[in-house]
Amino acid sequence: MSATSSSSSESQQRAGMLAQLADWFDDRTGYRAFVHEALYERVPGGARWRYVWGSTLVFAFMTQVITGLVLWASYSASAQTAWESVFYIQYEMTGGWLLRGIHHVMAQAMVVLLALHLMQVVIDGAYRAPREVNFWLGLILMMLVLGMALTGYLLPWDQKGYWATRVATNLAGLVPLVGPSLQQLVVGGPDYGHHTLTRFFALHAGFLPATLVLFLVLHLTLFRKHGLHAKQPVTKPDGLFWPDQVLKDAVAMLAVMAVVLGVILLPALRAMLAGEPLVTGHFGAELGAPADPSQPYAAARPEWYFLFLFQFLKVFEGWGATGEFLGAIIVPGLTLGVMFLMPILGRWNLGHRFNVVFTLAVLCGAGLLTAMALHEDYYALWADRSAYADVEQLLNETGGDPQKLAMALGNDASKQAVFEKRRHEYEAIRKSEAFLVAVKQAKADAERAIELAGRPEKIPPTGALALIRQDPLSQGPRLFAQHCASCHAHVDPAAAEAEAVLAKSSAANLFEFGGLSWARGLLDPAQVAGPAYFGNTAHKDGDMVSFVTDDLSDTETWKPAEVKAVIVALAAEAGLPTGGAAAGQVKKGRELMADTDRCGSCHAYGDNETELGYAPDLNGWGSREWLVGIITDPTHQRFYPDTNDRMPSFGVGRDGGTPTLSAAEIGLLADWLRGSWYRPAASVHETAGVSQ
Amino acid sequence: MAEETEKGSSLATDQRRGFLTKALAVACGGLATFPPLAAALWAVLDPLRRTAGAGNFVPVADLNNVPADGLPRQFPVIADRVDAWTGFAAEPIGAVYLKRDKGSETVEVLSATCPHAGCFVEMDRESKCFRCPCHNSAFTLDGGIVAPSPSPRPMDSLECKVDKGGGVLVKWQNFYTGIEEKVARP
Repeated sequence: MSATSSSSSESQQRAGMLAQLADWFDDRTGYRAFVHEALYERVPGGARWRYVWGSTLVFAFMTQVITGLVLWASYSASAQTAWESVFYIQYEMTGGWLLRGIHHVMAQAMVVLLALHLMQVVIDGAYRAPREVNFWLGLILMMLVLGMALTGYLLPWDQKGYWATRVATNLAGLVPLVGPSLQQLVVGGPDYGHHTLTRFFALHAGFLPATLVLFLVLHLTLFRKHGLHAKQPVTKPDGLFWPDQVLKDAVAMLAVMAVVLGVILLPALRAMLAGEPLVTGHFGAELGAPADPSQPYAAARPEWYFLFLFQFLKVFEGWGATGEFLGAIIVPGLTLGVMFLMPILGRWNLGHRFNVVFTLAVLCGAGLLTAMALHEDYYALWADRSAYADVEQLLNETGGDPQKLAMALGNDASKQAVFEKRRHEYEAIRKSEAFLVAVKQAKADAERAIELAGRPEKIPPTGALALIRQDPLSQGPRLFAQHCASCHAHVDPAAAEAEAVLAKSSAANLFEFGGLSWARGLLDPAQVAGPAYFGNTAHKDGDMVSFVTDDLSDTETWKPAEVKAVIVALAAEAGLPTGGAAAGQVKKGRELMADTDRCGSCHAYGDNETELGYAPDLNGWGSREWLVGIITDPTHQRFYPDTNDRMPSFGVGRDGGTPTLSAAEIGLLADWLRGSWYRPAASVHETAGVSQ
Repeated sequence: MAEETEKGSSLATDQRRGFLTKALAVACGGLATFPPLAAALWAVLDPLRRTAGAGNFVPVADLNNVPADGLPRQFPVIADRVDAWTGFAAEPIGAVYLKRDKGSETVEVLSATCPHAGCFVEMDRESKCFRCPCHNSAFTLDGGIVAPSPSPRPMDSLECKVDKGGGVLVKWQNFYTGIEEKVARP
């Protein structure tokens, strides 16, 4: 009994002390009045859901501040470290993917919330006197948020952000008089680089948010000064901000956060359910391949909330610079101008109706343009290209020549009109297909860049782009397509499209060149004169083909085991896997290769003293060094000094000039052809988070 | 009387409702704010998981290049280094003093990092001692403290071995500074 009373008196004493402390603090700061004013704001007509948008925007901004500051603590703004530091945040830092994911998705949520807030204000006529200035402040805030979205997109310095920013800054260059200077100021020089990043970062994390905070304070001050603009007519009794409206606001904030987390985590959940290995770095925000001004990037698109502007510019296609000026500056400028005039127009009932219709029209128009942009890009996903086979055929036959086309259509105007319409459709499908291929390529490039950056050796000081430029898997296909594919095929013979690809080629198929299966095909009488080997070349009637078709098919002179031994020895010479062949078999094959009654009668190998020049050297055949040699100069004594069939000497400059391919590029091609590139031991990313 | 009870109970309901609304508002607001705060904290604490790696033996010099005259010589430590996302191959990552006495095949190694506050200790050839330029810690050529010294312990010696080819290998490690015990950083 006594214990209870003493403890209760103790707690009373403590409460008294706390109250005293609070009084002391209130004396010095006046916080009670402040809190009271903040919380007990009158809400005319009671709390309503339609008032939550402003609060959710403040909440979203605060989320961006928290996540942004921590991202800042790990981000490094320079052309050699921006992508790299974002990679580190996304794939190696604990929780980095979630942090960046929230920042990335919340930025998009903010754009949506802005639209909702604007709609609510306009529909309710909340811009009317005396709230005009606050409406203008809101519009400025909207532009600041969009500016932060635009500048933030560049910061990872990936292909996506880089190319989108190039477009945006080039459009800024269209502003009359000051455009070019403005562009150069924003970019930080005549070209994109370190200073583009440092400037965009300073804008994104410094200037814009600081200005935003200033305008937000003004916006909220004026909001409190004029009070909440109640939805008319007011039918319910007035309520208080705390706790009635705060609860609704908090529920809305929670919903916003739930949606943001859902966008981040749902793909993870889907992957988990599909039983895929969970790599946290793949979730949250995407990271493309590092920015590369030397690589075309056909998948370049702005973030979805600017897609309508991108599409809008297409309306003015064919108008040249004037069109872009109209589409990118005049029309958006006028639209914004009308919005600034809304409070004045809204004084008249008709004006208010105009404002509502205008706002809805702009939002619907933006939505429609966005849908159009997406439809154009992804059209090929549902369009049936085969239905336009006749159009394709006719275009191929006539080469698109208008006169020939008219002739083919019998000079019939109605037929021509129908054809033109179908041609337009067909070209839309082709365009979309090209975009989808580019997106797929961009995805593959990004995956490879991330794989390379995750190597145990980490990223070299020269940056991830240098790493990719030295990567055979990234560069090989591009170099091959550019320099080799006009003659050579590179297609898996087992693939469905192999036959068609081979039919178009005029030189050997280099898929897995030097490997067991390639060598097997070379020595196969049924294949050697086919399109995958010498069939489409000047060597079709050469000695090698007749040797394989005549001598090798004679099992008396060439026992199958001997042919097999040579195949294995060739792969061994190339330094490629021999399928676990016994050392004896390889040795046997090498003896046959050197034998002057066998391969050695034409080919130099080992110490057989056969002279070079008649047939390619078999020493190191298919090895990196051998491949580099033949790509550099196929007319070299080691290869085809007299019988070279059309192949250019890629590593030899004409008249001492610069060669077509540098030594490094030839090396990349050779490595790629030999399948020699970095492969992660296991899944690198799963262990990437574990410290060294 | 009955009316009054009704009023009282409705007041109580109002209060209860008020309390419930407040609690719900705080809970929802807190829940909404939790994910960004948690993610931020999670990421901020990331450096605590990182370690410098266990001390590896790094080739520092050739035994022939360490004069057997009892005077320490400064050698750079060159090794691969990882700095967050960047991997540096064969880069100077620090320095050590190697000392070999007359006729001796063994080498003594002192880290050039001052145990007081981590500055770079320099050798004063004239006074035949080590001096730290920051707070004037002084050490003998064996690394012992010369009193009075702000350094709480002698210079940190490092493990060393000489391989068959005469290469001097040093176990490169960093130690916590400012304390009496020599404790290696993880």
